[in-house]
This record gives sequence, C-alpha cells and structure tokens, in this order.
Amino acid sequence: MALKWIPDNTNIDFVRLRFITFGLSTLLALLSLGLLISKGLNYGIDFTGGTLMEIKVVDQPINLGELRASLNSLELGAISIQEFGSLEDLLIRLPEQAGGPEQQKAAIDSVHSALDQKFSNVDYRRTEFVGPQVGKELKEKGLMAVLFSIIGMLVYIWFRFEWQYGVGACIALIHDTFITVGLFSMTGMEFNLSTVAAILMIAGYSMNDTVVVFDRIRENLRKFKKMSIYELLNKSINETLSRTIMTSGTTILALVALWLFGGEVIRGFVYALIFGDWDWNIFFHFCSGARFCYI
Amino acid sequence: MVYLARWTKISIIAVCVLGLFLSLPNIMSENLRMKMPSFLPSKTVNLGLDLRGGSHLLLQVDLKTVATERAEELLDSLRPELREEKIGYRRLNDIENGVRVELREESDLDAVKKIIRGINRDAEITVKESTVEAVFSEAGIQEMQDQTMGQSIEIVRRRIDESGTKEPTIQRQGDDRILVQLPGLDNPEEIKRLLGTTAKLSFHLVDMDGRGTGTMTLPLADEPGQTLAINRKAELTGDMLVNASVSQDQGGRPAVGFKFNGVGAKKFCKLSADNQGKLFAIVLDKIIISAPRINEPICGGQGIITGTFTIKEVSDLSTLLRAGALPAPLTILEERTVGPSLGADSVEAGKIASVIGLVGVLIFMLITYGRFGIYAGIALIANVVLIFASLSSFQATLTLPGIAGIVLTIGMAVDANVLIFERIKEEITNGRSVMSAVDAGFSRAMSTIIDSNLTTLIAAVILYSFGTGPIKGFSVTLMIGILTSMFSAIMVTRLLIVSWLHRTKPSILKI
Repeated sequence: MALKWIPDNTNIDFVRLRFITFGLSTLLALLSLGLLISKGLNYGIDFTGGTLMEIKVVDQPINLGELRASLNSLELGAISIQEFGSLEDLLIRLPEQAGGPEQQKAAIDSVHSALDQKFSNVDYRRTEFVGPQVGKELKEKGLMAVLFSIIGMLVYIWFRFEWQYGVGACIALIHDTFITVGLFSMTGMEFNLSTVAAILMIAGYSMNDTVVVFDRIRENLRKFKKMSIYELLNKSINETLSRTIMTSGTTILALVALWLFGGEVIRGFVYALIFGDWDWNIFFHFCSGARFCYI
Repeated sequence: MVYLARWTKISIIAVCVLGLFLSLPNIMSENLRMKMPSFLPSKTVNLGLDLRGGSHLLLQVDLKTVATERAEELLDSLRPELREEKIGYRRLNDIENGVRVELREESDLDAVKKIIRGINRDAEITVKESTVEAVFSEAGIQEMQDQTMGQSIEIVRRRIDESGTKEPTIQRQGDDRILVQLPGLDNPEEIKRLLGTTAKLSFHLVDMDGRGTGTMTLPLADEPGQTLAINRKAELTGDMLVNASVSQDQGGRPAVGFKFNGVGAKKFCKLSADNQGKLFAIVLDKIIISAPRINEPICGGQGIITGTFTIKEVSDLSTLLRAGALPAPLTILEERTVGPSLGADSVEAGKIASVIGLVGVLIFMLITYGRFGIYAGIALIANVVLIFASLSSFQATLTLPGIAGIVLTIGMAVDANVLIFERIKEEITNGRSVMSAVDAGFSRAMSTIIDSNLTTLIAAVILYSFGTGPIKGFSVTLMIGILTSMFSAIMVTRLLIVSWLHRTKPSILKI
C-alpha cells in the first residue's frame, strides 16, 4: 500500500536550473535586505522594552475604537491594542514609561482600572514587562546566539567535510536566515526572542538538509570517479530529493498541527518555523547543487 | 549482517520499558500517584511558569548606593576623630567608593593615614600634596557586594514568605541581579510593592539647637513640602526590632506596634532618659514618618509608630519591618506573569497539537512506507515516551516553547527512518537482495543521520547557553528529543525490522 510522492529515478536537471534558482535566491536576499533597510523589523517588547498585557473579556462585546480612545486618554504614550486569536482576547502594549519602576507600575495600574471600569469581567491572562536595559541585553544575547550557532555548525561541517562544503553551507545558512528575517519585515509580524529561537532552528534544519545532500555528493564522488561533476551533482540531488520532501512533509504536518491547535501564544514562533522549513528547504535543495557548482 | 546480538535486543527493550515506567506518572491522577508504592517512579514533568501560571521577576540590586553609604559611614566616623586629634582640614567629602580630605597642614598627613587605617584596615590611601584620598580595596568592594547580595536575597525570601506565597524560587543571577519565580501567583502587585520598598527604619534625635554639623534635612511624611533637620547619626536602627505588628494609637487610628531586642530596649531607655523634652524622629527610607516629643523615659522596649496610615499601609509596613530592611534598593528589570487560565489553556492546546501532529505523522508514514511505516510509527511513539521519561526523571522544566520543541521533534524524528528507508529502496532498485539492502540501508544512512542530527544538536546547545527562560525550555526538549529520536529511530525500528525479516524471510520487499 506504499504510496509514492515522488516518482522513482527522478532526473531533474537541477544544475541547469542553477541560473534560475541562484538568480531567484539572490533576488530574494536583496529584497530582504531592501525591506530590512527601508521598513525594518517590528520588534517585540523583548527587545524594545515596555509592557505587554493579554486580557480576555468575557460575555461582553469589545469596541476597539472606543477602548483605544479611552486608553489613549491616559496619556501613557503610544499604546497599541490588537485582537489576539479571538474577538474576546486582546493584546495591549505600552511603551516604557520614563521615571523608573514606580511609573511602570502606575501605568499598569491605570490601564487595569480603566479596563475594569469598562468591562465587568476582565481576565488578566498575561503581563510582561521588560526594562530597556534587559531589552538591550536580550538583543545582544540573541545576536550572539545566532552568530555562535552558525559558527558552531560551520566548524562542524568544516571538520566533517572539506572546506568547499563549508563555504557552500555558509552561504546557504546566511541566505536562509536572511530571507526569514526579511519575511518578518515584510509581514510586520512581531520579532521577539521566540522568533530568534525559531530562526536558529531554521538555520539548523537548513544545515541538516545541506548536510544530507553533501553527504551524498561525497559518497558519489568516491563511487563514480569518472562521472562529470555536472552529472554527479544532478544525481546526488535527485537521489536525496524524496528524503527532503518526506522529512519536510512530516515536519510540516507536525508544525501545522501546532499552528492550528497550539494556541495563540506560540503562533508567531510556529509561523516562522513553518515558513523556514517548508518552502525554503525544498527550494534550497534545488539550489544546493547550484551553489556547489560555483565553488 | 542483518543481525542484532541478544543483549542488544534485550537492552533496547529494557530502555523502552524503563521509559514507559518513568513516563507513566504523567498520565496518572494525583491520587493514584500518592497511593503507589514508593519504589515506583512518581515524578511528573515540571511545568514552567508559562504553563502552570505564575510570576517571574528579575530584580536589580542597586549596589552603588551601598558603596555610597559605606563612604558616608567612613566620613561620619572620620569627622569626630579628626576633631579629637585637632587636625585641621579645608574640605572633607565622600568620593566614589571612598573619602577625600584636604588638609591645612601637610604635617598631619601621617596622623590622618593612621586614623583612616584605624577605621578601615584595607583602605587604599593615595596622597597628593596635602590631599588624602582613601578608597575601599577591590577585595573589600567585592566582599561588600557579595554580602549585600546575600542579605538582599535573604530579605527578599523572608518578605515573600511573609506574604504567604508558596514554593518561591529565589536565586542570584550575575553580579547584581536576583531572579524570583513565584508559581501560581497571577497578580504580583502585592509582592512587587513589598519588594519595591527598602524599609530602612532608623531613630534619630532632632537637631533642636540648629548646630548644622553632622545633621541632615529630610522631608516630613505628614506635611508635604516641610522638612526637619535631624542628626545624621542614627541612635537606633530597624535591625534592633524583634517584632512589628498592626496596632493603633490612643485615637484608634492605625499604627505600627514594634518591640526592640535587648540591646535596642536598653539603648532606647537610655536615650529617652537623657533627652527628655526633646524631639526624636522616626525615619523610614529617608522620610520622617513622625517626630514625637520624648516626655518620659521609655524602658519597656515597646512602642508604636503613628502617622497618617491606612490599615493596608500599616499591615504592609509591619510585614516589611518584621522581614527586615533591604541593604540596597531593588528595581524590577523584567516581569513575566501568566495567569492560571492562560497556562491551563496552553497546556490543553499543546496536548491537542501534539496528539494531532503525532497522528498526522503516523498516517503519513503509514501510507508512504506501509509496514515499515508502522515500524517507524512505533519508534516515534517510543520516542515520545522516552522524551517524557527524560523530562520527568531529570526534572527539566517544560515550557510552552518546549511543547513546540516536542512537536517539532515528532515531525523531525522520522527523518532518520526516512533516510534509512529511502536508502533501502535505492539499494533494492540497484539489485540487492532484501537482507543485504536492509543491511546497507542502515549502515550507509548512519553517517548522514549522525551528521544531520549533530548539526541540529549544536544549534540546540548554543540556544540553551544563550537563551533565557522559555527559550531555554525549547532547547532542552529539542536536545532531549534529538538524542531520544536517534535511539528510537535507529535502534527500535531496527529491532522491529530485523525480527520481522527473520520471522518471514521475504524475498521481495515493497516499501
């Protein structure tokens, strides 16, 4: 009853496609860069500092405009209010208040009392406050984590393969992370600590895929000494194609389940994972040979 | 050879059975767990604050103020000694981590050095013409900071205990930070208010004759804008209290009742006897709460602090005084509070997502690989069991991103099986017999599996070392997941496939 998703003995000429894939990936990288420069990222309070509240209003319709007006009248700076998953759930973000912790507390208190006045039954589901100093540290730590894990993985590749593979993997990796960050810029989705973790994992998986292809290239290089490099790369990529599709498939299945049923809090995180894992893995699979060819 | 040594088979089965035992408590009711004999494992997964609800507070201890205070103390002890020795000075003031004296006569230099040494043995003294600078030594500052941190943590713990919060975790983080985790607390305002007050209580004599030296001017709590000059030197301090409680004054207004220890009672008795008719000030955190007149000697060691208090303030203040003063002010750097409803929802959502993800992957594997897919599925279930067994026995904290890590592992774990199965397929297409294809499939895929898992493991380890809070939880489950999945996908499927092959000896294999 076994089902074949990919026909046996595929023979797609990936290497010939290299101009298209390589061009496309360069284009996407440039687009991401452009977006990052022109639009930037929508940093969450993890990095900017500030207060975030998640509330649930039970048995009462919420008039967002009215609520916005009444919270703005508290004069606490740019307050953002958005629905969070359902009509009953709201995310309220306050900027960092000048004047230390006393002022933060006062700001939170005044929002609480304004909400309690408006709605009879408010459930304060989550409150997060991050001071500017911690925000700065988290940003640095996040950047360090990304840098070090990329370096760590590269060192491993270097160690296990030859340096040419390392360079190829490096390009793939930087490219992947870059485009995912670009996606966050494009959609304006919140970029926070969890996003950094998700991006790191995407880097890990993109590396994973690269390693599988490289492994096969290395093996085939030993096995078919007389084959032209053109043919050899095509053969290797085709041979590993069904595995990439299968693994991406199962991973995506699990992630979609998490996305649909895992709740609102981790949806952004899962979104990044899904995006990074699915489209790009397959796409990069197509590119990996091309990259290798250039080196 | 498609062959597994007997002991290998036994140990694979043993690991799975052990995993099952260790993970079972998680699906038992609490009652059942209590009733079990004690030799059976009863540990369950330790849920993080984002799943069980609770509050996470990161506090910073203002160590600078301690250094400044110490410098002021040094100054206060230095001043009378200089006067006593009749050493003239142009200026005497505190600098960062120490004091500076500008002398009139250079000949007094040695005498001043001696006095400073007498007060603080380790002070580092530098002389420039007729100016002496004394700063605390590096080691002295370090010791002072460690001491302050230790005290702060102790006081924070006592205050939290006083407030009745259960199972708090309080630990030092870095040089000057304290991490407080309060499970089950969904409104930390009360705790934040308690921690936000230094509660340094001291009793001073009021400067009645306006001498001006050795005095300080502090605001009055009851009369905004008004100040009063009092002696800098505290006659008694809050650490001499043995008890504080809610009380009331003669007029029935709320007041804080206190009781001194033996030393404090004696001192207070003498002070009140020597200074009858004078005012003395009760100072809390640099604000004068009240300044009553001493009418008669008070030797009972008890008293009340009056002021314009509400009952709530009185009860807070007595809690604070009982727990003791913080050696330095605390600031809240970070707060993350999750209410119990959101935590429970997240756990529920995580469960549903994991089960649906698992079922989805199982079905996908089944329709793709048939019988081998079932084997991979069994291995996957074994993997999930092993993850929970590890989480429970290591008591690692499971957070919401941690659940995401598990779901991700469910999706990724079959990768090893996919690599093996695809390889077997290829080998069969290349004309190998069933047995040798399976054998080659396992052995050839191995290096790829190890390479790809190790790269992910590297990312997870780095994430763990740099991550904070929930992100750490994600990397923990990911690391555990990678290790258990390598075991289950390679060993468990191998066991299943090998025993099937030996049982049926098929001549053709369809995957």
